[in-house]
Amino acid sequence: MRARVIVSLKRTVLDPQGKAIHHAIASLGFKTVVGVRQDKVFEIDLNGVQDAGAARSEIERIAREVLTNPVIEEFSFEILE
Amino acid sequence: MIEALISPEVVEQHGITPQEYLRIVAILGRDPNLTELGIFSVMWSEHCSYKSSRVHLKRLPTAGACVLQGPGENAGVVDLGDGYAIAFKIESHNHPSLVEPFQGAATGVGGILRDIFTMGARPIAAMNSLRFGRIKSSESMESPPQGRAGSSTPDNEESELRQNRRILSGVVGGIGFYGNCFGVPTVGGEIYFEDCYAKNPLVNAFALGLFERDSRSGKPRIFLGRASGPGNAVIYVGAKTGRDGIHGASLLASSEFDETTASKRPNVQVGDPFLEKCLLEACLETMEADAIVGIQDMGAAGLTCSTSEMAARGDTGIEIELNHVPQRETGMSPYEIMLSESQERMLLVAERGRMPDIQGIFSKWGLDAVEIGRVTKDGILRVRDHGEVVAEIPAKALADEAPLYNRPMKARKPLALLEKSSPRLKNLESVQPGDAFMRLLSSENLCSRRWVYQQYDHMVRTNTCILPGADAAVIRIKNTNRAIAITLDGNGRYCYVNPREGARLAVAEACRNLVCVGAQPLAATNCLNFGNPEKPEIMWAFSEVIDGMKEACEAFHTPITGGNVSFYNETFGKGIYGTPVMGMVGVIDDLAHLTSPGFKREGDVIAALGDLTPPTEREFLNQGTEFARVLLNASGAQVPALILEREKRLQDTILTLIHQGTLHSCHDVSEGGLAIALAECAFASGPPFLGCEIEIQFGIEGLSAWWFNENPSRAVISFEVGQQSRIEAICRRQEIPFQILGRVRKHDFKLKHLNNWIIQQPVDKLFGLWDQELERLSTL
Amino acid sequence: MKFGVVVFPGSNCDHDAFYVIDRVMRQPVEWVWHETDQLKGFDAIILPGGFSYGDYLRTGAIARFSPVMKAVRAFAEGGGLVLGICNGFQILCESGLLPGALMRNRGLKFVCRHVYLRTENNALPFTQRLSAGQVLKIPIAHMEGNYYASADTLDELESQGRVVFRYSTPEGAIDEAANPNGAARNIAGICNRAGNVMGMMPHPERASESLLGSADGRGIFESMVKALVSAPSSRLAETVHD
Repeated sequence: MRARVIVSLKRTVLDPQGKAIHHAIASLGFKTVVGVRQDKVFEIDLNGVQDAGAARSEIERIAREVLTNPVIEEFSFEILE
Repeated sequence: MIEALISPEVVEQHGITPQEYLRIVAILGRDPNLTELGIFSVMWSEHCSYKSSRVHLKRLPTAGACVLQGPGENAGVVDLGDGYAIAFKIESHNHPSLVEPFQGAATGVGGILRDIFTMGARPIAAMNSLRFGRIKSSESMESPPQGRAGSSTPDNEESELRQNRRILSGVVGGIGFYGNCFGVPTVGGEIYFEDCYAKNPLVNAFALGLFERDSRSGKPRIFLGRASGPGNAVIYVGAKTGRDGIHGASLLASSEFDETTASKRPNVQVGDPFLEKCLLEACLETMEADAIVGIQDMGAAGLTCSTSEMAARGDTGIEIELNHVPQRETGMSPYEIMLSESQERMLLVAERGRMPDIQGIFSKWGLDAVEIGRVTKDGILRVRDHGEVVAEIPAKALADEAPLYNRPMKARKPLALLEKSSPRLKNLESVQPGDAFMRLLSSENLCSRRWVYQQYDHMVRTNTCILPGADAAVIRIKNTNRAIAITLDGNGRYCYVNPREGARLAVAEACRNLVCVGAQPLAATNCLNFGNPEKPEIMWAFSEVIDGMKEACEAFHTPITGGNVSFYNETFGKGIYGTPVMGMVGVIDDLAHLTSPGFKREGDVIAALGDLTPPTEREFLNQGTEFARVLLNASGAQVPALILEREKRLQDTILTLIHQGTLHSCHDVSEGGLAIALAECAFASGPPFLGCEIEIQFGIEGLSAWWFNENPSRAVISFEVGQQSRIEAICRRQEIPFQILGRVRKHDFKLKHLNNWIIQQPVDKLFGLWDQELERLSTL
Repeated sequence: MKFGVVVFPGSNCDHDAFYVIDRVMRQPVEWVWHETDQLKGFDAIILPGGFSYGDYLRTGAIARFSPVMKAVRAFAEGGGLVLGICNGFQILCESGLLPGALMRNRGLKFVCRHVYLRTENNALPFTQRLSAGQVLKIPIAHMEGNYYASADTLDELESQGRVVFRYSTPEGAIDEAANPNGAARNIAGICNRAGNVMGMMPHPERASESLLGSADGRGIFESMVKALVSAPSSRLAETVHD
């Protein structure tokens, strides 16, 4: 089974990388872009998990306890297959 | 033996000539299989075998009282006395940095660091010498239209500038990424911008390591890449092997670049500095535990190069089983495993009984240590895959018996001088020295490198006594009263104009830089960056450079303990200026002698050492100075004259003055000439800054030539008034011209000739211009 | 009195911290391997700079799961002195021993240079040898030193005197130009409520000998030694006003 976790900076936290990328995009003439935020994506392969429910709770714990710093980040995830 | 059909096309794809192929057949007594052909192709590549350069390199001086290890090992080693020694080397990573600037530069740093700690020395300093295409538009230099070189349209030029800036940012980022994480201070180096490097950037990485005094023997313990003792275990440590960089050495570094370069991108290796840091600690611990008899890093040509070189040096053979090699990818063929250039790997040779100790240490650092074979008596590199022999080649044939080429040479015609009637030379008359000074301050080649070195951790390991930006970097040796000084110097423009003189000038400047911080030059390493050696004019230039370097190194008693040759720096048939880079190392015997370029005290006297007589205007314009480049877009057709005996006498005099404690500051006069050297002394004094008041009371013909010429063998010093007679006496005795220039003052930078102000500005303001320019250009 | 310097795989300022305690301060010091799970016999622990575990997930994120950090937590609860420098500060924040987080520098690039710090609290075991408002010249070297915490947390830190150092001008003024990384309220170093755990981005161990350009960082180590001399049994006065 494979899961995908996306870790993002909280909306309330300034994302300097996103800002820099936005600036670069705008300076190349893409006038329609009004904001960019940069996230991290983790693809996690699981083995020996009973069902999707068990996978979800496992992935949620990993995302909360390891992949995210709750002071500045939040996460979302999906089970892919 | 696996049979694979070796067609002439396959041989050619491997960069092997028909004659070389015949030689392989003669060595083996049969046709090689594909794996063997691959092994020969990397070991006999220009990059690994130095087949075009070896006949010339032999002329370089390599011996000296202080040399413990000369060329031929992973790095040269020099004795510091008291049981301490240093290992150092410079190596190019030009081609990989063109293909992927960030990873190319990063893995260049990783490779040179491994060369150092392979010897048993802990890396304590890194530097780099970089060349890029220009990043400042010629318009912004307001040069006359006829002087614009290269690009045809503004749009074109803009995209070239952007490309060059992208390469610069990538390379600097990659060097920082690797060195900062590994924990080696990147303490200096040099960067120049010139059109010829636009499609051929140069990334030469230097590293220096320290051997601590061994508590048992009182001597440094040097480890060599030798597989001695038949029956001993051959051990693979570090990262797993993947398909990275297959044929990096033979294809990337041994041929010219063209349209197909982009498709070579998958060849570029990716660096993991964290893994290398762990590898460093584990290797040093293993050495400390006396657990190994030989060690070599797997750099270019990976497993192939390390096994065959270790066996050849040890007068032994090596037999390995590929099935035991840790692999990151599945289904790798013997060919791929043998040729992989995956980073952060090492090959060890140890007595069988020490295997548990070695595994214990590596597993503590989270690394693999796997026995993959053994040392044999028969001198053969034998490779098995699941028991079946897939390659069987005499190790010495690979490592030592590569073909040697004495390639044809043809002297290039001297370049045409600009004549007095030339519009550019006429233009000189309209240039005000004050305006020229302001333009030069913010020239891409003269402005502060702060934007670059601030991205490098240059203080980790707490030995950095002089911060980047001075004549040389200074690293103290803990628990002693000594320090090491290091500088990298090369001048492609000079070497283009006159290869032999250019090389002599580079060696002289490197030594002068060391002397200016109070160090006695000891020994050197060189990185020789050239175009296609199959072109007779390039081979000639190479040979000339070697002769110039030999002559100068002999004059300064600085043997060359190793280095690297990088040929084929050509893209679309357009080559770089042949650019030899010297990495020169010196020793400061007493930390009290440490000297830096910055003015120290208001009221101090400022003087110049050496002959200030300027060249004639015609010479000045033709000498490839930064002034000529920036203001007149002239690249030069002559180089300034260097008299080695006079240069040596100047350096000895400077050292005497420093040792006698007479100087407050000392700075070499180089690019940008006297005016820029004085400005640099002011910039290095703060913040808060000291300035100077320079008054020249005698008549000068050709003001610009006087202030901005780049003649060698000169330095700017400052000292307390009371020292003047002592200093003058020493200079007189040594027959070194001594000229008072003025005084150190607060705040303002003032240059005056007779009653005319040339420049009169607050130092802060000038500093701002100089300090910000590179950052401004890089973020455009 | 005994100092311990923690070594994580990837620590690279461990030797520097060890050298300062051993050769500059002339105090007993030992290495502490990251797999150690108890710190008996130590009076002060230094978490050095570097790239622990490569810092590949987030700076300091993986170090927090190491056995030694459990021990450091217990050690801190028992009143032992803990100093986190650079990556050590990041680890203390990730571990929850200090509030907030260290984000990518505002300029997005690694920055290595000398900065000036104003001492905001000189009543701590880490700062008692400094004078109030004393300006220190100490280098930084980091990619992630941009201190972030919620406004509430920042207010709490300020009201409790837990902001220990702020980036300042050489004269001690706090302004944007003096802020090298975008840190909230120019914060360069903070401490915990009890005042025995301090984290700071600048490297005092790189500024403890005048040969290296500044000896201003030495006052921090001298303060720690003084604290341990007067309270060697690792029970330290509660110096932070609640």
